[in-house]
Amino acid sequence: MSEEQNMITGIEVPIYLKYNFTAGAAPARFLAQVKKGKITGQRCPSCKNVYVPPRGSCAACGVPTTDEVDVADKATVESFTIVAIPIPNHPIQPPYIIANLVADGANISFIHLMSECVNEDVHIGQRVQAVWKPEEEWDYAMDNIKYFAPIDEPDVPVESIGTVPVSGWEG
Amino acid sequence: MTNIAIVAYQQSDSVSDAGAVNEVELLMPVLGRTFGQAGLNNAQDVDFVCSGSCDYLQGAAFAFVAGVDALGAVPPIKESHVEMDAAWALYESILKIRMGHADSALIYGFGKSSPGELPIVLSQQLDPYYLAPQWVDTISLAAMQARLMLEQGLITERDMAEVVSRSRRNALNNSHAQISGEVSPEDILAEDTYLSPLRRSDCCPVSDGASAMVIATVEKAQEWGKPYALISGIDHRIETHNMGMRDLTDSVSTRLAAEGAGAADGAIDVAELYAPFSHQEIILTRALGLGEETSVNPSGGVLAGNLLMASGLSRIGEVFNRIVSGEAGRGIAHATSGPCLQHNLITVVEKA
Repeated sequence: MSEEQNMITGIEVPIYLKYNFTAGAAPARFLAQVKKGKITGQRCPSCKNVYVPPRGSCAACGVPTTDEVDVADKATVESFTIVAIPIPNHPIQPPYIIANLVADGANISFIHLMSECVNEDVHIGQRVQAVWKPEEEWDYAMDNIKYFAPIDEPDVPVESIGTVPVSGWEG
Repeated sequence: MTNIAIVAYQQSDSVSDAGAVNEVELLMPVLGRTFGQAGLNNAQDVDFVCSGSCDYLQGAAFAFVAGVDALGAVPPIKESHVEMDAAWALYESILKIRMGHADSALIYGFGKSSPGELPIVLSQQLDPYYLAPQWVDTISLAAMQARLMLEQGLITERDMAEVVSRSRRNALNNSHAQISGEVSPEDILAEDTYLSPLRRSDCCPVSDGASAMVIATVEKAQEWGKPYALISGIDHRIETHNMGMRDLTDSVSTRLAAEGAGAADGAIDVAELYAPFSHQEIILTRALGLGEETSVNPSGGVLAGNLLMASGLSRIGEVFNRIVSGEAGRGIAHATSGPCLQHNLITVVEKA
C-alpha cells in the first residue's frame, strides 16, 4: 500500500455550542415597538442622525442613542440588488430584491426585502411602504414586515435620500 | 527601549450576567470614563486604537466589529484587533508607538461570557485535531494540573485554600469585584470538591465586563499633564499546544517573559497575576520568584472576577492604579491565554 493511499486530507469535527443571545438594551426597546407594529428609531444626541434599527450607539460619534423617535413605515430606496442565486434553506425563491431603505424620519438605512414590483423597474429614489403580516402574527422581529412594496409617489432625488421627514415626501 | 506612559485605566464592574446589554453598551461607559481620565474627547484624539475580544464568547460572528461602534470612528481612525486578551492589544500598541507610527493609543478589551457555557466554549481554543474534538473543558484541564502538583507534593489543598482566602479578603477593597469576603482557608477546605481536586472557590467566576487604557509617549503624557506611570518592559512567550510535552507544574514561558521584560531589574512591590485557578497563582508566584516583599494580587485577582479578554489588561491597570496612587513604586503584571497557563505576558510598570 502506498503512502498516498493512506494520506488523511481531512477530518470531521462537528462543533455545537449553545448560547442565550441578547440583542442589547437599545435593540430590545426597538423590537418591543416592532411587536406593536411600530417602527422607532433612536437619535444621536451629537450628530442628530436617527438610526433604524438602533444598536445602542451612534457608530459615527461613539455615544449612546438615547432619544426614541417614531418613524414612518414609508421609505425610500437608497440602493438595492437583485438576488439571482438560490441560497440553501432560504424560504424565498430567486430572483428577488434586497434593498437598503431609509424610513421617513430616519437618516440611516436598514436592509429589507422588496416585492410586488417589476424587478427591472426598481430604482434608487423609489418610494416604498411596508406590507405587514396579519397583526396576530406579530413578534419581536423585523419580519413582521413581509416586504416593502412600491407606492405611487414621486422619486426622491439622490441628494435628498436620508432627509425625508416623518411626515412624508411631497415631491 | 523607549518608555511608554500609561495615562488612564478604567474597568466596568465584574458581573456574572450583564443581562440585556450588548457589547457596545457594555463598552461605552468604560470608554467614556477612560477618555475623561486622560482628558480626551474620543478615539479621534489618539493615534491608534487596538482591542481584544473573542466572538466565541457571545457566539456572534464579527461581534468585535460592534465594539468599534463605541469609538466615534468617523472620520476613519487607525484601528486594529487581536482575538486575544487586550493585554496583547497593549503589546501591539506599544510596538506601534516604538516604531514611531503613533504617539498615543487606546486599548480596550471586552467580553460577555455569560451567554454560552464558557468552559465548553474554551475547549475550542485547543488544538483542532486531538483535543478540541474531545471537548476537553478548561476546568478539567486545570483540575488535572492541580492533581499533578498535589501528587508531586508541590502544593497542598491548604495552600490553594489560602490563595482563595487572601483573594476574597483583598477583593473587599476592590469596588469592581464580583466575589469578596472574609472566608478562612478552613471554610474553603470544608467545601465539596467540584471537579476534583478543585473546589468551586478554586475556580474564577464567569464574568461579563470591559476595561480600557490609554497609553502615550512620555512627551505626549507630559503634554496632556495627567498623572502617569511608565511601562519599562513587556515580553510574552508561548508553550506548545501539546499538553503532554509541557511541565504543567511550572511556567517556563512566564519565567522567560519576566526575564525579557526585565522584571528582576528592581524591587517588585506589587504583582498582579492572571491566575484563573488558585493553584496557578502558586505556579506563577514561584516562576517569578516572588517573595514576602511583594504584594500579590491586592485587587483579589481574577478569582474575584474574570473579565475574559479584558482581565489581562486589567492586571496592568491594577498595577498602574497602585503606582499612580503612591501605594507602590514598581510592579509587574501578568496576563495569560490558553489552557493551563500556555501563553504568558509580563509587563513591568514603574513610577514616572
